[in-house]
Amino acid sequence: METLVYKRPESLLKDGHFTFCPGCGHGVVLRIIAELIDEFNLQKDTIAISSVGCSIFLEKFFNLDVAGASHGRSTCVATGIKRCKPDKFVFTYQGDGDAATIGFNETIHTACRGEHITTVMINNTNFGMTGGQASATTLVGQVTTTTPMGRKAELTGYPLHAAEIVAKCDGTAYCARVAITDTKNIRKAKEALRKAFEIQLKGLGFAFVEVLAACPTNWHMKPAEAVEYMANVTETVHPVGVFKDITKENI
Amino acid sequence: MGRIVIDKDVCKGCYLCIKACPKKLLKISSEPNQHGDFPAEFVDKNNECTGCAACAMNCPDVAIKEVYR
Repeated sequence: METLVYKRPESLLKDGHFTFCPGCGHGVVLRIIAELIDEFNLQKDTIAISSVGCSIFLEKFFNLDVAGASHGRSTCVATGIKRCKPDKFVFTYQGDGDAATIGFNETIHTACRGEHITTVMINNTNFGMTGGQASATTLVGQVTTTTPMGRKAELTGYPLHAAEIVAKCDGTAYCARVAITDTKNIRKAKEALRKAFEIQLKGLGFAFVEVLAACPTNWHMKPAEAVEYMANVTETVHPVGVFKDITKENI
Repeated sequence: MGRIVIDKDVCKGCYLCIKACPKKLLKISSEPNQHGDFPAEFVDKNNECTGCAACAMNCPDVAIKEVYR
């Protein structure tokens, strides 16, 4: 007797197949979000805010209400929607170029205001959609389109650690960084996102999850090599962990 | 005994599932799909699959659409 233990989440459109490059980490994170929305039974009460970059096409994949925002301003749009409709579940889905480079001011101030929204930030250490330019989170020495000799600290500075900075804001209720390198870490990522969703459903404050994801095309690697690189190199600069969790502090 | 269902026309051939399978039951197909990619193929002659769904969790394109145990 066979039992179905896994199936394509209901919150993904039946024909909404991902248009990302092979091996891209976005697909895994979008699937996890869809699974969680199914598990919390939030499909009719969710408003997703898409951003600019590879994270833009949410309405092509999700069977949810999706609002678009200008570059970096997803958290502002989410703030407005959540304040108008406090009973809805509102999350933003952004990349590192959107949330940590162009819209970092907005991200920080949303965290300081303690808005009751959830932000998922995919960190692949470059601007993926526009051709792999350096972003604020690019590692020192990483070769990108705009740093062909590798990022030099004396010229363009050091990588920005978004999760650590957001964790310092008083309005943040939950802040974590996860990496989707293997099955174990994908499960951990799902637990972190589940926690971030619960924080909003309980109305405790701003929840922020940074997900390290591979970008094989712009890193010029095969998908399996890119995942290895992420585990061995990116994780040493952007360490994974939970940086703030107010539910733990209360216990 | 487990079984997976691969939507071969959705598979883009990143082969992260091959890396993830603890029993090494996935391999690269010799037949291309409609996009010209060589998809992953499930070969389980000795019924070794446990239905752990590690392949489905690692698939970035949800090409592994069903896992049975």
